[in-house]
Amino acid sequence: MPRLNTPEELEGFRQELVSKRDPNKPCISICAGAGCIASGAAEVIEAFKAEIESQGLAAKVDTKGTGCPGFCEQGPVVVIYPEEICYLGVTAKDVPEIVSETIKENKIVERLFFKDPVTGVRAVHEYDISFYKAQERTVLCNNIKIDSKSIDDYLALGGYTALAKALSQMTDVEVLEEVKRSNLRGRGGAGFPAGRKWEGSRNADEPIKYVIVNADEGDPGAFMDRALLEGNPHSILEGLILGGYAIASHEGYFYVRQEYPLAVENINLAIKQAESYGLLGENILGSGFDFKVMVHQGAGAFVCGESTALMTSLEGRAGEPRPKYTRSNIKGLWNRPSVLNNVETWANVPHIINRGADWFNTVGTDSSKGTKIFSLVGKITNTGLVEVPMGMTLRDIIYKIGGGIPDGKKFKAVQTGGPSGGCIPEDQLDLQVGFDELTQAGSMMGSGGMIVLDEDTCMVDVARYFIHFLTDESCGKCVPCREGLRQMDRILTNITQGRGKEGDIELLEELSETAVEASLCALGKSAPNPFLSTLRYFREEYEAHIREKRCPALACKALISFYIDPDKCLACGICRKKCPAGAIDGDKKIIHIIDQELCTNCGTCFEVCPAKFGAVTKISGVPVPAPLAQEKRMIIKKAPKESPKKNQGKAGKNE
Amino acid sequence: MDTCTKLSKTDPPVDPQINQQVGQQSDRKIDQQLEKLVDRVIDKHKGEASALLQVLLDIQSENSWLPKQALGRVSERLEVPLNRIQHIVTFYKAFSLVPKGRHKVHICVGTACHVRGATRILDTVEEAIGIKPGETDLELKFSLETVNCLGCCALGPVMEVDGKVHGKMSPVKASEVLKIYE
Amino acid sequence: MSEVQFEIDGKRVKAAKGKTILEAAREEGIYIPSLCYHEKLEPFGGCRLCIVEVEERGWTKMVVSCVYPVAENIKVTTRSEKIDRIRKTIIELLMAHAPEAPELVKLAEEYGADRDRYEQDTSFCIHCGLCVRYCNEVKGKNAIGFVDRGINKEISFIPEIAAVECNDCKECFPLCPTSYLQAAFVLAQALSFPPSKPGTGE
Repeated sequence: MPRLNTPEELEGFRQELVSKRDPNKPCISICAGAGCIASGAAEVIEAFKAEIESQGLAAKVDTKGTGCPGFCEQGPVVVIYPEEICYLGVTAKDVPEIVSETIKENKIVERLFFKDPVTGVRAVHEYDISFYKAQERTVLCNNIKIDSKSIDDYLALGGYTALAKALSQMTDVEVLEEVKRSNLRGRGGAGFPAGRKWEGSRNADEPIKYVIVNADEGDPGAFMDRALLEGNPHSILEGLILGGYAIASHEGYFYVRQEYPLAVENINLAIKQAESYGLLGENILGSGFDFKVMVHQGAGAFVCGESTALMTSLEGRAGEPRPKYTRSNIKGLWNRPSVLNNVETWANVPHIINRGADWFNTVGTDSSKGTKIFSLVGKITNTGLVEVPMGMTLRDIIYKIGGGIPDGKKFKAVQTGGPSGGCIPEDQLDLQVGFDELTQAGSMMGSGGMIVLDEDTCMVDVARYFIHFLTDESCGKCVPCREGLRQMDRILTNITQGRGKEGDIELLEELSETAVEASLCALGKSAPNPFLSTLRYFREEYEAHIREKRCPALACKALISFYIDPDKCLACGICRKKCPAGAIDGDKKIIHIIDQELCTNCGTCFEVCPAKFGAVTKISGVPVPAPLAQEKRMIIKKAPKESPKKNQGKAGKNE
Repeated sequence: MDTCTKLSKTDPPVDPQINQQVGQQSDRKIDQQLEKLVDRVIDKHKGEASALLQVLLDIQSENSWLPKQALGRVSERLEVPLNRIQHIVTFYKAFSLVPKGRHKVHICVGTACHVRGATRILDTVEEAIGIKPGETDLELKFSLETVNCLGCCALGPVMEVDGKVHGKMSPVKASEVLKIYE
Repeated sequence: MSEVQFEIDGKRVKAAKGKTILEAAREEGIYIPSLCYHEKLEPFGGCRLCIVEVEERGWTKMVVSCVYPVAENIKVTTRSEKIDRIRKTIIELLMAHAPEAPELVKLAEEYGADRDRYEQDTSFCIHCGLCVRYCNEVKGKNAIGFVDRGINKEISFIPEIAAVECNDCKECFPLCPTSYLQAAFVLAQALSFPPSKPGTGE
């Protein structure tokens, strides 16, 4: 590993790398992110390597495991360069065919292509896929092109150009000014202007300062940072070093949640590689700037994603947040100026330095510049990571990119911002995505989680889910959060189980006000948001649960009953066989009946009743109809109306 | 499997296979091995009190759980009071104060998985192993935990066993996965 | 030591720089309620009862006075409809756990709090932290600490240390607003203290 002592040496090394790489040489890129690995990508990578070897093609074809491009549901994802042919859901069994057809014969294997859920058209190239088309993958684009364990891949694509430029052509103040001018706002949740945060630290009167990467991505449903940490760790590292330079800090930290072991591994590897190349350590690229980086793992606490709690955790303590009366960019880690930013924020910095603040400002809305990565998950056809310019409408994201709601279901709401956010209903789908726009609608951008909910989702249960999540994740120090959430959880659970009372909504509102005004930290202050936003847009669901003991979405187990419609049941017997509680009575040609006393509401009968019959229904808020009398349960072949002469007697043997 | 009782978070560890006399000797040997491990980890982190979480994580990754003796040694060497260590090992959910099973089962109950039916997966797994989250079966075969997001949201519902992620689970598939493990 | 001048409830006051609003108010005879404040201990900011409104440089915000430092020309309001409403809710939330605690009963009367507003769950500990903080900061014995988090948070004695230190001390006992501490000690003593051996304290 060469040590690069000047920007010229770095550039020279890069040219050397690039010249050794033939852009027309076939390269099979297989995503090696956690999602695809879970779907069997490791076996696929091995299979490709073995097949290429056995076909004697090893010298002519590259094979590599790469970073995550975010299309996890359709993984393992394979992209073949230079054509950018994209195959999805590849298994080890498909490998010989791909090698013989595509690699050797330049033919396509059509069944492995992406099939558009709406048009049914197959997409050949990665850029044809409707999921990717409307995206603007400024930050994520390189993931599928680089082996995330290779620094050379990152360098060959222009990595560390920004660092070289900053250290040799810009002063530290100029770097800070550029980030300020870009109007980059934090991508972790609050959307605070990064440049202003950096400036506060820079101007603080204290020689030792810190820059910190918040890689404790705790919002359930969000995995943007995972893809970046695993897939392109150097991009974040480069941003961090630039940040250190800008504020005159010489010590950086990565705080990575331990639930992401691959991310921890790749970040540690990236740091070692950067150190050996002289891009980290003393006198980086001969600039005289020293910088070192340490990695700390989280230990399973959502609250440690809050910046002051994270710093307390870095100090080796329980992650209890501190009041922000003195901002942490002035008094943070060890009471020293500390700039803490999210992974995605740091990953944007090299782009801003390379292409300039003016370029960054060409994308986005007036108050939210640049792109944002969202994790589009839940009841959506094309699930995965989506990077779009700020200002794109929710409708475009959900329908153009996401392919709409599967199974013919109706859209109900989209939940953004994790446990601190809220739900946005259908009539607001033309909302442009941006920090202030989402906040005004009663939600927030958060770290980028975007969970799509359909007609089968109960909004009261959504509120209950998030509040319940926080009862365990709260640090427990202050009364409004700890006790407020305890009571809110109790009341919301009662409501979803049919024990709601008049006055419950008012109680919940009182508790919400206290938590919002008096909680110690942002976790408590934002905890009532899921409740407040679902109350704002779906109040009738709360009222139905409380007054009528009815769940309009037919989801709350305690408020629904399963009922077999006698007009539709044709006694196929599947439900009776599958019922784990033995609660269904019936026989051949005898209309089946569910014994409500024995039924556990597991929903199996509902799932297994063949779609052409659709006889099992859910009822809520009204009593279950009395079971049919025995003699009426026999299924008789219906006689045609025109021939009254036919005998309409007992059950026949036909049918 | 469904009739066994469980080790909960506050029960003292049980090792029924070692008899009393041999037990005392073995215990001392285990004690010495453990102390060596703890010292090695602390030295790796240069005995810094701020590295407390990393020290505990490293001890646990090798020993699979944190015996009281280990905590005492950490307290002594890092000069950190026991009540702070006690708070930390109960505050952070990654730590376990009771022995873990050979196979660690994590069911993701994050929002995306929840919306796709994670609760049913959890019910099935609880039923199959006979324990609730936070518990270990008495044969020390399985430990069960819920996790609030593994970052594989597009593959929900997700179950992780010994670090291997199984996506697109259903109650039937989850039972099948558990059967593979000895 | 420099001083700052500011206003509390319309009254012009002076206080040394570095004091908190709560300290300054009490010195002026203006009573702001608190359950977790103690003059010998570092401010905790846990009960939130001491919440006040502060107008500073044109912005009004709600802060907890036991932590917030005094500053030149700020305007502090210690009672208002909103403040009272929040304090009432806090008292009611705590009374769900300790409905008979004398301090809570007194506060309930003042703020019109209803002890039955929330479902009773008499676990008694209100997490003021006085016992833990006193033992840590004043006695330096660290015989008791917090465990777990969120709604599962509790206080817990360290048996080995408490068995040796507490019987001759017990200075934290009178601090507990609900007397839960005494009960927890007795329980810990009975269930988890190691059997005593002379000389070793083990």
